[in-house]
Amino acid sequence: MNNLQIYLLLSSLLFSLGIYAVISRKNAVAILMGIELMLNSANINFIAFNRFTSNLNNLDGHLFSMFVIVLAAAEAAVALAIIINLFKNLGTVNVDEAAELKG
Amino acid sequence: MDSWILSLLIFIPVIGSVAMLMASNSIGKENKNIYKIIALIATGLQLILAAILYINFDPSLGIEESPFTVQVDWISSFNIQYFIGVDGLSMPMVLLTALLSFLCIGISWNIKKAPLGYFALFLLLDAGMMGVFLSMDFFLFYVFWEVMLLPMYFLIGMWGGPQRHYAAIKFFLYTLFGSVFMLLGMLALYYYAPDGNTFNLIELIKQAPRIEASLWGYDMKFLIWISLFIGFAIKVPVFPFHTWLPLAHVEAPTAISVILAGVLLKMGTYGMLRISYPLLPGEVVNFSFILALLGVINILWGAINAIAQTDMKKMVAYSSVSHMGYVLLGMAAVVSTESAGAEAGLNGAVMQMFNHGTITAMLFMLVGVLYDQAHHRWIVYPDDYEKPELAGKLAFGGLASKVPVFNGFIVLAFFAGLGLPALSGFISEALCFIGGFSAFRVLTIIGTLGILLNAIYFLRAYQRVFLGPFNEDYKDLKDMSNRDLAIILPLAFLTLLFGVYPQPLMNIISNSLNKIIIIVQPYI
Amino acid sequence: MEFNLIIALSFLFIPISLFVYQLFFGHILKHNTWYVSIIGIGINLSLALSFFYRVFHNSPDDHMLHYRANWLTTGNFNMDLGIFIDNMSAIMLVVVSLVSFLVHLYSSEYMKGDSRFSRYYAFLGLFTFSMNGIVLADSIAMIYIFWELVGLSSFLLIGFWFEKTSAAMASKKAFLVNRVGDIGMFIGIMMIYFVGETHSFNLSDIIEKVKTSEIDSTYLTTAGILLFLGAVGKSAQLPLHIWLPDAMEGPTPVSALIHAATMVAAGVYMTLRIFPILTGDALTYIAFTGAATAIFAASIAITQTDIKKVLAYSTVSQLGYMVLAIGVGSYLAAFFHLVTHAMFKACLFLASGSVIHSMHNSLHKLNDHETDAQDMMNMGGMKNKMPITYFAMLITTLAISGVPFFSGFVSKDAILAGTLSHYFDHGGITILLPIAGFVSALITAFYMFRLIFLTFHGKPKNKEIHKHLHESPAAMTFPLILLSLFSFAIFFTGTINPLSDGSKGWFSKAIGNGHNYVIKVDSHKADAKHDESYDLVHSNEIHSKANSNHNSSSDNLYNFTEHVAHGTHAAHYTAMYLSLLVAALGILLSVIIYYYNKINPNSFIKVFNVLKLYDLSKNKFYIDELYNNVIYKPFMFWSKVSSKIDWDYYDQKFIDSIGKITLSISNKSTKVDYDWLDQKVVDGFGKITHFMSLKLKKMQGGVIQSYILGGLIALIVITLIVKQI
Repeated sequence: MNNLQIYLLLSSLLFSLGIYAVISRKNAVAILMGIELMLNSANINFIAFNRFTSNLNNLDGHLFSMFVIVLAAAEAAVALAIIINLFKNLGTVNVDEAAELKG
Repeated sequence: MDSWILSLLIFIPVIGSVAMLMASNSIGKENKNIYKIIALIATGLQLILAAILYINFDPSLGIEESPFTVQVDWISSFNIQYFIGVDGLSMPMVLLTALLSFLCIGISWNIKKAPLGYFALFLLLDAGMMGVFLSMDFFLFYVFWEVMLLPMYFLIGMWGGPQRHYAAIKFFLYTLFGSVFMLLGMLALYYYAPDGNTFNLIELIKQAPRIEASLWGYDMKFLIWISLFIGFAIKVPVFPFHTWLPLAHVEAPTAISVILAGVLLKMGTYGMLRISYPLLPGEVVNFSFILALLGVINILWGAINAIAQTDMKKMVAYSSVSHMGYVLLGMAAVVSTESAGAEAGLNGAVMQMFNHGTITAMLFMLVGVLYDQAHHRWIVYPDDYEKPELAGKLAFGGLASKVPVFNGFIVLAFFAGLGLPALSGFISEALCFIGGFSAFRVLTIIGTLGILLNAIYFLRAYQRVFLGPFNEDYKDLKDMSNRDLAIILPLAFLTLLFGVYPQPLMNIISNSLNKIIIIVQPYI
Repeated sequence: MEFNLIIALSFLFIPISLFVYQLFFGHILKHNTWYVSIIGIGINLSLALSFFYRVFHNSPDDHMLHYRANWLTTGNFNMDLGIFIDNMSAIMLVVVSLVSFLVHLYSSEYMKGDSRFSRYYAFLGLFTFSMNGIVLADSIAMIYIFWELVGLSSFLLIGFWFEKTSAAMASKKAFLVNRVGDIGMFIGIMMIYFVGETHSFNLSDIIEKVKTSEIDSTYLTTAGILLFLGAVGKSAQLPLHIWLPDAMEGPTPVSALIHAATMVAAGVYMTLRIFPILTGDALTYIAFTGAATAIFAASIAITQTDIKKVLAYSTVSQLGYMVLAIGVGSYLAAFFHLVTHAMFKACLFLASGSVIHSMHNSLHKLNDHETDAQDMMNMGGMKNKMPITYFAMLITTLAISGVPFFSGFVSKDAILAGTLSHYFDHGGITILLPIAGFVSALITAFYMFRLIFLTFHGKPKNKEIHKHLHESPAAMTFPLILLSLFSFAIFFTGTINPLSDGSKGWFSKAIGNGHNYVIKVDSHKADAKHDESYDLVHSNEIHSKANSNHNSSSDNLYNFTEHVAHGTHAAHYTAMYLSLLVAALGILLSVIIYYYNKINPNSFIKVFNVLKLYDLSKNKFYIDELYNNVIYKPFMFWSKVSSKIDWDYYDQKFIDSIGKITLSISNKSTKVDYDWLDQKVVDGFGKITHFMSLKLKKMQGGVIQSYILGGLIALIVITLIVKQI
């Protein structure tokens, strides 16, 4: 197992934790944390690949992960705004209770 | 100019009806009379054109040599052409159609209900009829044939008598049923034509006798003949396909009855002579006995039934059945080995087509005039009349003393119908018999009974309605108006003219008919 | 155009112009319109006389005018019209024009005041036109055309007073019964046209055709009989005689013109024209028809009380005589009787009209509208009141009864001689012919004098009526006088000798014996019969004549008409004595019963009624009722039945059932189409979808995390599957 594979293992681990958090947590903010976790694990992936498979002339991966951080921040702001609205309307951030789309 | 006449003859009524539709938005809103006037002008123009055509018509020219023929490609991928022409066979029919259409506008002058629809449909009907008589392409013929049906349906169904809906739908479906068979025949001719598919009748004359094909064990020519015959036979009408006729005639308004009896019935026999005879001469010879038999049955059955009628219009309708029987008998005479007989028969048949047109037009018109005033047409009240105390009694009586001019024309019309010499009916009747006698002696002798039977119902009706003591119920009866006189005088004049001097009519038709005889002769 | 032709055409042109004028403009002159007509007919008469005077010098076989014009042709089929005038037509033209002229004159008084006066004259003109057409015709088709036109004129004139239902029905009956005969004639015309090599309607062509080519005798017989059927209808022979007595509904001058003198004679005239082509069998049929008619009608006339009906049946009977004459081959005798009969019968009718007119006037003065003016039982003793009428009627009655000095004697005698000669030739059943002839002569004399005695002699049955009777005006009596003058024999025979058979007179010379090109007589047989002929005075003369002729003619074949002429001449005296006997007997009987009233007719009636003969006679042998029950009623019944079959059964049930079947099929197919196809099948798809969706929607929990989980699992599964592949 070389260095790259360790980092990939780390990112996949984090990704799975993130998915687990999204699927199983009841609190909407916690789900948001899970999403952040998934995004950051993808970042680790980008940086790892860039570091170990190309030279310093090509910094696409690093740049890309910077984009992701910015986008994650924006997206977290929007998501929190939605959760605040959800709380205003339903009085709770428990997603099990926001099942208005039930078929 | 020559090549335009025929197309104008067909399309002027169409233009007329379009003009009417346009006028309906402008003048038509205040003045409903504009429709009648447009119709009158259209049919009047048509009549003038027909007269011009007649003056310039040379009977010795066939379709191909005639200057009036128009032949242009229409739907070239199927070899369909707009091919119209006039020859000796069509000429009298064209004249008859033009004349009767014009007179019928006069007869319909007092239509109150929806005159726009009536006259527009009538003009379409007129165009259709003209087209049938002029087309020399089978497809075009079929198109015009079908064009006639729809206006008839509405004209009977909307402006007719109490049972008009029933009569209209029956007429329409019955005729359409026949047209289907005609369509089959037409398509068969198209597909089996040996030198290339064509609808052109002149071409088919050359090609059709060479069709070598068979279906289900029957020779194709025989099948084509039968299907064409069924199609035409329903129109004529040949017994046993005749039962739509009394109903349609009785329920139709007067002018439509005139057109129906005067022109539409002739289309069946015209179709036979134009299409079946020249194209399938072998079949003609084989079938002629049956044709003569059907003709004699028509004569006798029509007359016998007419005698029992209590409604005058129905009586005249059955008389039409009987008179068309003469045409069939004359047509069957073409197989006679005596050339004088064959010529007499065939020429007599076409003359009868024309003469019966004028005579029966007179009859229906006169009955219509009486009906307009008296509001019924009973000769005697029928046994199941709504007022049982009147059943079997004379409905009219002694009208001759009140309406002498009308009486005079009725005498003329009735005696023309029963075939009195010096009136046109006799000549055509006699020629048909002479022709039939030379070909089918026994059948014709049986058929001559028609001379007596036709007289019986006409004279009985005349005596019951016009002779005898005057029935006071009708003391307000008015004699014929000037309009009525103007309509009936041309018909009466023609009846007298062709009774005393039939040669002009003969001159028109004999050349073309002799050609047909020449085509059929080799197959006897 | 040839001058003769113009004259001949004017015979047609003048009367038809009169018809048109009187019909449309006749009302202008009111009563005086009759002058227009009579001037026209007068011109006709003078033109006829101009042809007539040539008859004296013209041989019977020469024609004076023959003009043919092509009327209708199609190439091979030709129908020509033409005018043919020979001696016979010229004489006939005079007869028609003369009687027409006199009737026009007579009607000016008889029909005076009638509301449709001008129309009456119009119809008379139409009739004259049509009758002239028959006389002038040169082809059988032309005869047929004018034949029917004469029928039309008869229809219009019989039904002139059409407000009377009986008149209307009589005119219809006349036309229809004539039509029955016309059917036969038409078929006969067609048969004659087509036989042989040349096809023509022209009489001379036809005769030529028959003369020169061998035509099957049965065919020719059938054609001849069929053509004769037209005459049966027109000339009121048995069994189509029924229309003539009913035709008396028309005005009396019409009866005189049409139903006595001319139209009914047209049948005889036509048969004479086709005489050359009639076979022996056809002639036999004709003879028996004529004989039966003669005796049958005479036996009805005995019991009739209406003066016009007696004359009507008498006409039928006399027509039977004419036909009988043709049947036995006596061409000359038939035409002779036609002409003499025209004269005296017209006079009889006009005289009876005068009587009726007078009776009407008298009844009118008495305001009596019930009594029948025509019933002889209401008359009597008119002799002094109406002398001219009486004498005219007496003279003509003598003529019709066959009394010497009068024309009827000569013509009737010729016929009877012909029948006797015929019997001597053929023997056997043909004895019936002379028997019928003589018996009818007896009966004729009887009932004619009965008429005279009942009407003019004895005490008047009703004194009131009698008081007001007076003679008719000159316009009516002049024709009577003229016609009765023509009833004297001298006019035709040219000799004072009352017993002459007229064979030397102008008439016999003009007409000759006719020709027949079909019947061949075996000379040996002819000879033998001549030996047996019962001949009182002239036997030697006849023998020598026959022998001399015999030597000059060919071996086996002998001209038929000459043979008949000889036989007739031989039998002349026998016939003459017999007919004198018979006439005398008839007159005597009539005198005894009606003049001297020695025997009450009622006792006679009782005797005859043992066999119901009187009732049969009075009721015209119930022939009309027979026809009514056997022919008319069943026919009307079957006509109604066929109409019912055609309409109620064939159309309503059968044809409409096709429609009904179509409708029920379409109803069922609608059911199949809607309830099944549409509702169940097509909608079924929808229902299944709905069902599935109901079930499937349970899967949506509304909790988004479950969706994400689901998506994730699906992704893993798909990846695994794709990887495996």
